[in-house]
Amino acid sequence: MATGLSATTPLVEARGLTKRFAPPARLTDMFRKERPHTHAVNKVDLTISRGESIGLLGESGCGKTTTGRLLLKLIEPSAGDILFDGTAVAGLAGPSLIDFRKRAQLVFQNPFDALNPRFTIERALAEPLVNTGVERATHRDRVEKALSQVRLPPLARFEGLFPHQLSGGQLQRIVLARALVLEPDFIVADEPVSMLDVSVRAGVLNVMREVRASLGLAALYISHDLALVRYVCSRTLVMYLGRIVEEGPTEDLLKSPLHPYTRALMKAVPVPRVDQSRDPLPIIGNVSDARGQPKGCSFRDRCPLAIARCADDEPALRSVAPGRRVACHLV
Amino acid sequence: MANVQMPAQSLPAGQGGNAFVAGLRRILRDPFSVAALVIYVLLVLVAIFADQLMTHDPTQIQFRANGRVATNQPVSEAFLLGTTNLGRDIYSQLIAGSRNALMVGVTAAISVAALGTLVGLLSGYFGGRIDAFLMRLADVALAIPFLPFVIVLSGFFRANTWNVVIAVALLLWPNTARVIRSQVLTVKERAYVEAARVTGASDLRILFVHVAPNILPLTFLYGSVAIGWAILTEAAVSFVGFGDPSRISWGFMLQDAFVSQALSRGSWNWFLPPGICIIMVVIAGFFLARGAEEVLFPKLRS
Repeated sequence: MATGLSATTPLVEARGLTKRFAPPARLTDMFRKERPHTHAVNKVDLTISRGESIGLLGESGCGKTTTGRLLLKLIEPSAGDILFDGTAVAGLAGPSLIDFRKRAQLVFQNPFDALNPRFTIERALAEPLVNTGVERATHRDRVEKALSQVRLPPLARFEGLFPHQLSGGQLQRIVLARALVLEPDFIVADEPVSMLDVSVRAGVLNVMREVRASLGLAALYISHDLALVRYVCSRTLVMYLGRIVEEGPTEDLLKSPLHPYTRALMKAVPVPRVDQSRDPLPIIGNVSDARGQPKGCSFRDRCPLAIARCADDEPALRSVAPGRRVACHLV
Repeated sequence: MANVQMPAQSLPAGQGGNAFVAGLRRILRDPFSVAALVIYVLLVLVAIFADQLMTHDPTQIQFRANGRVATNQPVSEAFLLGTTNLGRDIYSQLIAGSRNALMVGVTAAISVAALGTLVGLLSGYFGGRIDAFLMRLADVALAIPFLPFVIVLSGFFRANTWNVVIAVALLLWPNTARVIRSQVLTVKERAYVEAARVTGASDLRILFVHVAPNILPLTFLYGSVAIGWAILTEAAVSFVGFGDPSRISWGFMLQDAFVSQALSRGSWNWFLPPGICIIMVVIAGFFLARGAEEVLFPKLRS
């Protein structure tokens, strides 16, 4: 893999990224011409620069996780291209795929499930090095280094321990250390703290932020949590039903959301006061069905501002201010 | 933040990291499983020390002091379980039969477990056409009736104990394969399998290093059930007369007793011991499976 074509090449670039899932096959499908596919990710464009930290915000089932999996070549896109450091990810296989794996890593949502229950902590941390053929003599040093990066005690303290013997916060740091042991340039963090107790979330997030800054890692944080995104991401993308609906610097985006969906997300954030009355949510209903290929704006049936045009004309993501893009006819 | 608290190094028994030891400990708390283990250990010991335990040559016709053939002798000091209608020592036949039972049981169990696990792993992990092909093959194997299949095999080859082993292996693997496959389908969706993939593990490494160890207990479970099945089948085949006539097995003893009217003569010392032995070994297989089930599926624990 050619590394670092130039400093201006984005590290990760996705163009028209689309992932469709076929519905489960049924016998009666023989009599139907075509079955509606679920558009989990629909024509997504995104770029991530070296060392940049980006948030991908959206509610459950909007395609955030699928986007992350696509960027890491864990699933193959139905359409669109992904370039990693200028090289098309789609064609990677064998040694070049291993090189890619060394540079792009994943931090999992559920630390209790992300570690093989039959592997000791030591073995789990060395496993990426074994898989990518790193020289065995260096394993212990690299594992120790990763452990110190996530502020865990040295390996000796984990001697013979299995995942179920550690707490959630420790496990999530182990999961992070496992990603860091390969010394990647890019990590996807899929809801990295949503399964953890509130009391240890800040600790894990701080570790991630420090590690990212000190190593100059690019990161994509996938989350539904506005506070998390605000805390760790410089730029944020908002996703709805497989499409990016708004993009901008995190502070700007959260202070003055432009898309009606982003505004609704902001309104939905709980306020820790019981006596305070709240405005009713501006949107109603649930996320609509992602099956089939609907015409027009995917948000129109829940949008309080929808006009006739929204029904047949799909709004494109366009620039409205420096660094800010939004997909809405009314902005 | 460096003051992360670590659990104590020494762990209380039962929840230690070694799942195998923990599982064994649980099995040993279940009286049924203990009984099953005792039966298996006894079977193995008897089969190993058969030569020392036998008082006579099981195929040799025995004579009385007066020179006449010792037919239909009752239980006595000389003949611990009496003799057959042709003067052979029943106790020695019973001991000799344990070797056959163990051999048939263990080889059949190993082949069923190995074949079933391999097919289940490949089918569940790779899915698609491989899965469809292997599972239709399993359907075909399941549709073949057991005993007639063994009898046809005996027709093609000469009457041989291995027919039973081959038949058990060929017809029993689908049960194992289906259960293993369903387990693989759940295990392969676990995040740690995806973690292995994203850190560069190959399909084969994921399959045999990350997935297989997590379904291995099921392999043992089905292997232990197959032991009982194989011994039962061997007995049935011998009983209907398609067994290996040169090899003494418990089923052969039953057939021998049946055709020489031991039942109508009331020679319980002839037909009861091999019957009880078969029942014990088969039941041991199911008891062990039951105990293993509780280890595998903790929700069953009452």
